Amino acid sequence: MSHPDTTLLSTPLDALHRELGGKMVPFAGYAMPVQYPRGILGEHLDTRAGAGLFDVSHMGQVTVEADDPAALLESLVPGDIRGLAAGRTRYSVFTSDDGGILDDLMISKLSATRLYLVVNAACKDADFAHLQHRLGGQADLRRLDDRALLALQGPKAAAVMAGLCDGADAQPFMSIRDTHVAGIPALVTRSGYTGEDGYEISVPADKAEKLARLLLDLPGVSPVGLGARDSLRLEAGLCLYGSDIDTATSPVEAGLSWIIGPRRRAEGGFPGAGRILRELAEGPARRRVGIRPDGRAPARAHTEITDLDGTRLGEVTSGGFGPSLDGPLAMGYVPAAFAEPGTRLRLVVRGKPLDASVVAMPFVAHRYFKGV
Amino acid sequence: MSDMRFTKDHEWIKVEGDTGTVGITDYAQHALGDLVFVELPEPGRGLKQGDECAVVESVKAASEVYAPASGSVLKANDALTGQPGLVNESPEAQAWFFTIALSDPAELSALMDRAAYDEYVKGLE
Repeated sequence: MSHPDTTLLSTPLDALHRELGGKMVPFAGYAMPVQYPRGILGEHLDTRAGAGLFDVSHMGQVTVEADDPAALLESLVPGDIRGLAAGRTRYSVFTSDDGGILDDLMISKLSATRLYLVVNAACKDADFAHLQHRLGGQADLRRLDDRALLALQGPKAAAVMAGLCDGADAQPFMSIRDTHVAGIPALVTRSGYTGEDGYEISVPADKAEKLARLLLDLPGVSPVGLGARDSLRLEAGLCLYGSDIDTATSPVEAGLSWIIGPRRRAEGGFPGAGRILRELAEGPARRRVGIRPDGRAPARAHTEITDLDGTRLGEVTSGGFGPSLDGPLAMGYVPAAFAEPGTRLRLVVRGKPLDASVVAMPFVAHRYFKGV
Repeated sequence: MSDMRFTKDHEWIKVEGDTGTVGITDYAQHALGDLVFVELPEPGRGLKQGDECAVVESVKAASEVYAPASGSVLKANDALTGQPGLVNESPEAQAWFFTIALSDPAELSALMDRAAYDEYVKGLE
């Protein structure tokens, strides 16, 4: 979705981004910093070494309140949400009736009667309309447009947060707490999209800049833009909606079968269950794979993937250079017979077929918090 | 007096006799960000002014480099292949891309001199 520059929305941290020298670009209808003066390479490495602060306020935050919101939401996602304990967070996808992916999202159970969802910026209007259309009569749906969302990611995130929020360092991975950070009421999830330990912190919009400045003043914390956010999630093997997953890809093809719990596999009852359960049983025709080019040339999105005879197999959906890998990396879809790690492929970059291999993902090992 | 000439696409060419040395400007490297890959033309390749002759890639994107003048490539700066970041560090000196035997030196008159290029860049900011 492209929006003319004049109608760009801004996040509550807009002035701070500009003060920090952020290079602002249009993204999903918002003016967002793609990088700061440090640059994408440095911001990426700083996150993996310390703690990167990301403004993800453009993402959609929604609460679903009902007697049993988990049962209602299970009519829209293939994940086991009824089985989610209070205070826990789960990654899932909204599926379409034909088994494609409408969006990917984080679902947190604040209580038995209230779920908190975080969805992609570019999809948030459509997601909310979808929720209203399917659940509107049965649940109280609220868009939290008056809240900002900050992500603090990296090996130093826990130590930084512990000083501002009691118990943050002991909070389990994929859990949520309704708490305070530096005295500011906040929903804190221990999650993120970089492969690192970290937090996503939802605060009232008018408190966001205060919190961001406070965090940035702490040792090891640096501002990180969308450019490094993308290279970090790519190294972590995580999907970008609109590139690696979309309405044409099923969760099974995308390698997201793990989000479909055993009960949901047995019972179905989610949109697209026909296709998705069939693909689980029989295997999908194509799969999302990680790819490492042999050489140094990055293969970008839409690069053609061929077999060794030059027959087209599919295309790269995300690709670039991994600063922590110190080399190029890509993901894309290939027929299932070519999905085994070690399979040799070619990537056609500027007309030249370059040797590459299918590799297991993540490209860079996840370092999520494993305590508690 | 500088013998460097500049294109609107932010390449520079330094001319000595009928040989040119080609690179990208400080403005270009700054706009591109940290470079992680550089692809250079093979020696012997014939280029026309404006042809795509090299590729530079940052973490985020690939960009084309265009030949500032016509001629035949003499030598590529292979140091850049192993050390693309040199383009960020020393864009207008150490990180030259290739040398070229000029086939039509008269073309150079259409390019900007340093003062005109500086003025042009100011207009972009």
